[in-house]
Amino acid sequence: MNPLIASASVLAAALAIGLASLGPGLAQGNASGQALEGIARQPEAEGKIRGTLLLSLAFMESLTIYGLVIALVLLFANPFAS
Amino acid sequence: MMPLIDLWTALPLAKLEVGHHFYWYIGNLRVHGQVFITTWFVMALLIAVAFVASRNIQRVPSGIQNLMEYALEFIRDLTKSQMGEHEYRAWVPFVGTLFLFIFVCNWSGALVPWKLIELPEGELAAPTNDINTTVALALLVSLAYFYAGLRKRGLKYFTKYIEPTPVLLPIAILEDFTKPLSLSFRLFGNILADELVVSVLVLLVPLFVPLPVMVLGLFTSAIQALVFATLAATYIGEAMEGHGGDHEAAHS
Repeated sequence: MNPLIASASVLAAALAIGLASLGPGLAQGNASGQALEGIARQPEAEGKIRGTLLLSLAFMESLTIYGLVIALVLLFANPFAS
Repeated sequence: MMPLIDLWTALPLAKLEVGHHFYWYIGNLRVHGQVFITTWFVMALLIAVAFVASRNIQRVPSGIQNLMEYALEFIRDLTKSQMGEHEYRAWVPFVGTLFLFIFVCNWSGALVPWKLIELPEGELAAPTNDINTTVALALLVSLAYFYAGLRKRGLKYFTKYIEPTPVLLPIAILEDFTKPLSLSFRLFGNILADELVVSVLVLLVPLFVPLPVMVLGLFTSAIQALVFATLAATYIGEAMEGHGGDHEAAHS
């Protein structure tokens, strides 16, 4: 593989993982904090809040997973490698 | 083992490959043998547990029957909370099968010492770290919610594409593609990432240090099974209910 392409791919993979975990991480922390506040205010709604929280956390996490998939493609199945 | 570069382009579903595979040849179709072996193991385990639990049913459950009844109640409550009181009944088996299969698959990758069984090439691991498995499961969910919508609402189901305004038609169609895509990628990415992190840590520090990460992996695997089942139930419930109600849970 061309060393330039290899180094650019590794850098891009690192950036993809880093950025893709930065934003959803902040957002998930925010969402969990808000949910915790909601439970503290209204403990009887805990089940509903937990369900919604899990669902939205899953959606946020899928963004990170997209970044991971991009990184994996760049590292193991690089379309620019040939 | 560090995963090796492997470009395999025979099937469009399997572009992304990490590691070597143990191929079986059916005609001129190459299938991943190691996935089939672990899948059959998981299925046999589930069937055996269900069989043992449902022989000799007691009025006051104990032991394995108690465990399976707990699992059933858990899945029933999950389905009921996503689909509502009226519709959930018929879908408990489907959602339960998805949940139990994914859960046992994920945990089998971490708990069963697959290393002891040597294959000619490739190695045994959780079946869900192969993208073909997760894509198949996600497509099953897609089929299920189309079936549910068509069965419940007939051809009026397709009005959901143009319901608020036909301007949103491309987005509504796109949604049908992003649903299985995000379902399959989430499960696949989580399990594969878990496996990669553990294998990299084992490579660096073989003793004791990977253990907390492996426990965390068990936790995330269980959560992923829960999330998959919850989302499947949500999509099916959403397809069955008419438009106009609360409709916010399905944008990824």
